[in-house]
Amino acid sequence: MKVKVWGCRGSLPAPGPENISYGGNTSCLEIRDGDTLLVLDAGSGIQRLGRFLDKKVKVIHILLTHLHIDHTMGLGFFAPLYNPDVEVHLYGPSSSSESLLNRIRKYFSAPLFPVRLADLPNHPVIHELDQSEFEIGPFRIKSEFICHPGPTLGYRIQHGANVLAYMPDHELQLGSANFPLDPEWTSGFEIAVKADLLFHDGAYSFSQYEQKVGWGHSAVRDTIQFAQLCQVKKLSIFHHEPTNTDEQLDEILRRNVEGKTFGFEIEMCKEGSVYEF
Amino acid sequence: MPAQSLELILGRQFMDSLSIPGFLVDTEGNLLFYNESAEEVFGLKFGETGGMRVEEWATIFTPMDAQGKLLPPESLPLVQTLQSKIPAHGSMYINNLNRERIRITVTAFPIIGRPDRYLGAMAMFWKSELP
Ligand SMILES: [Zn+2]
Ligand SMILES: [Zn+2]
Repeated sequence: MKVKVWGCRGSLPAPGPENISYGGNTSCLEIRDGDTLLVLDAGSGIQRLGRFLDKKVKVIHILLTHLHIDHTMGLGFFAPLYNPDVEVHLYGPSSSSESLLNRIRKYFSAPLFPVRLADLPNHPVIHELDQSEFEIGPFRIKSEFICHPGPTLGYRIQHGANVLAYMPDHELQLGSANFPLDPEWTSGFEIAVKADLLFHDGAYSFSQYEQKVGWGHSAVRDTIQFAQLCQVKKLSIFHHEPTNTDEQLDEILRRNVEGKTFGFEIEMCKEGSVYEF
Repeated sequence: MPAQSLELILGRQFMDSLSIPGFLVDTEGNLLFYNESAEEVFGLKFGETGGMRVEEWATIFTPMDAQGKLLPPESLPLVQTLQSKIPAHGSMYINNLNRERIRITVTAFPIIGRPDRYLGAMAMFWKSELP
């Protein structure tokens, strides 16, 4: 499978000269094998994915982790939604009261957006998920609720022997007992265990996290400990706080890894990065 | 051991932060967690016992009526909640750590995740001596 990062910023797009190397678009990953295309989240990054997408792709599966604005804001700007020859499937978390369709409809309605879902040439096909397992082409997908405000899913995507795990918004400290020692009591463990590549929330430095406990995100220190607990092969730290510049992100990573050895690779995720495995 | 669902993890985290005694069970009634305040009543440490199968902890926690007669399981709020998946409430007597008989009141409620996943139950209890 081929994976491309179209956005890895958290909470709010953050364009600007100080954010050139990690990028400013919010959450969006493209996962491809031949004609099968999975898109993880529809943050502002999905706009460019739509523009540069192979014209041969006729079916697109968009898997939303949750409906926070930074993960959905790009939907209305995703050109394939306006192409009558393309079929779009939208997946997202169930809630206890309102259907996923209705919750997505709120985005496609006044005063937030001028186009309604019913105005699109093809109404997207909606799939509600909870603790689910299903297949799309060569991909085997597992979803699970993880610790973040509002219904939020983590995704584990298996392709042959390879596993990619995606949890862009996840607060480890609140979602774990005895963190980071007890996998049985750690939110997201089943999603990430032994993944070849884990994209995981590491929005904050530790001192930033201390000011924002309960907001649903993790400190880089905790993200690294979680990756270690899950024995992943590679960790790509995701959902960079919009006010953290390239320089600050490099510094946060340096402080967390300097003088230590880990049995896996660690990086700060960069918009535009491509992974093939 | 597969990891617990988020709702049970958060249930444990919540209970862990409370000073009212409480315990958390799975759908079979196996004890997954009890908090520090419950440790004081049971005379056991969660760190030492860990979770307990239903058969095991039923022998530790022996609820009685006011006359000291053992109560049948189906009269206990937690057992009722596990059977009906709705909250239940009641009072009973247990022997505390010092082998004194104390009256406690229990409120049990089911843990049902989104959209409709039954995962277990939580019970809170407190001393409720009659005047
Ligand atoms: Zn987010
Ligand atoms: Zn979020």
